[in-house]
Amino acid sequence: MREFDVQLLTDAVRRMAAQSNQILSPDVYAGLVRARESEDGLTAQSILDDILRNADLAAGKAMPICQDTGMALVFLQVGRDIHFQGDPYEAIQEGVRQAYEENYLRKSIVKDPLRRINTGDNTPAMIYTELIAGNQVKVSFAAKGFGSENMSQLAMLKPADGVEGVKRFILKAAREAGPNACPPIVIGVGIGGNFDKSALLAKQALMRPLDVRNCDPFYAALEDELLEQVNNSGIGPMGLGGRTSALAVSIEVLPTHIAGLPVAVNINCHATRHAEEVL
Amino acid sequence: MIKKVNTPLNEESARSLRIGDRVLLSGTVYTARDAGHERLYNALLRGEDLPFPLQGAVIFYVGPSPAKPGSVIGSAGPTTSYRMDSYTPMLLEHGLKGMIGKGQRNEEVKAAIKEFGAVYFAAVGGAGALLAERITDAKIIAFEDLGTEALRQLEVVDFPLIVAGDAEGRDLYIEGPEEYRAQHEIDADNYGGQLQ
Ligand code: SF4
Repeated sequence: MREFDVQLLTDAVRRMAAQSNQILSPDVYAGLVRARESEDGLTAQSILDDILRNADLAAGKAMPICQDTGMALVFLQVGRDIHFQGDPYEAIQEGVRQAYEENYLRKSIVKDPLRRINTGDNTPAMIYTELIAGNQVKVSFAAKGFGSENMSQLAMLKPADGVEGVKRFILKAAREAGPNACPPIVIGVGIGGNFDKSALLAKQALMRPLDVRNCDPFYAALEDELLEQVNNSGIGPMGLGGRTSALAVSIEVLPTHIAGLPVAVNINCHATRHAEEVL
Repeated sequence: MIKKVNTPLNEESARSLRIGDRVLLSGTVYTARDAGHERLYNALLRGEDLPFPLQGAVIFYVGPSPAKPGSVIGSAGPTTSYRMDSYTPMLLEHGLKGMIGKGQRNEEVKAAIKEFGAVYFAAVGGAGALLAERITDAKIIAFEDLGTEALRQLEVVDFPLIVAGDAEGRDLYIEGPEEYRAQHEIDADNYGGQLQ
């Protein structure tokens, strides 16, 4: 049993929230550079140049990449041999609170979905917990903008819809997201499980580095095929026409019921902000 | 082509802009987003004066991040425009000439842009640090209680924009992707069926 001081969590979340909002992670930056090289239109080129310049500037000046500094998401994988000293959830919220205040990040969370009073400190973060083997804690942080979150979709398809139905639904979601999700987008897909797990899978898929494909060759090939088709839409950077509508399609799957085929598509923007630490 | 444009806009200069034009905008622009628009709209309905002159005005849909000490503003990229669509035709009717945002507008907005001779600019979404560099002054002039959504008066210099909707009723969000597909000979089957 390892005694774990929850202050470590506060510090890690505080670090990751600041860093991911100011410094575009290398996988996303590299994806944007490749995208810039693939464009032949002036509008698309100038937009990607601006996006890359923006990332350089934000990093240099310790400013947020995007003014929507997101809803804070924390994926916690807790080793079974951990004993927390203190409340890990409150420790995470404290990390978010400190990071958003100290770094002049925008506070975008309202306390109630209908009465809409801002909480003033960007809490609460959405926290997802999983138990794993060992005595470490893995923390993944994301700042999720809502321009793209709003464009996400979920469908309970019929098993008979099969892979073609799944493809059609993902392409429809990508097209409908169009310019609103700040393309080039990142498409996280969850297939299987049930209603809620498919959505969680889609979100987890967005945490994967953009250059890592699904380890099952069947799904890796599906990811490549879908990326190609999304990019054939011509939506392009910011939706004004061009090659790069999406930087990646990442699929995660789970077993499901004989009667169902849940598919969730969670959309992220080019300002995909994620970070990970092992404590 | 890059065009230099100053605010306030008159109908003639708004009508001279075409989709795909790259514009460097200088002068005063006002910020408003969801809650601010609701208030402006209701004020017009009640026949009240607005906190700024709407004639020739340009509104930027933005909720900036907080300014660091010593800076004018925090990151300041556009928010998605369609959420303002239901309020926009009325503002255009009362003299609004330009809007800065991101994403497609509905048919009513496009028709009003055409009718009243205005222009819809796209700024690069998510390029908040870059855009903030071109903002030289910012002050809250109304709705301070709305926090990031407060109504601000900004001074911008060479603010980089792309004309996405023009007074001929054209829409770069439709024509840009179409042009790409035509140039690269991509037919509907190759991107999973009909767009729209
Ligand atoms: S969709 Fe992403 S890049 Fe665009 S404004 Fe929102 S957070 Fe920023």
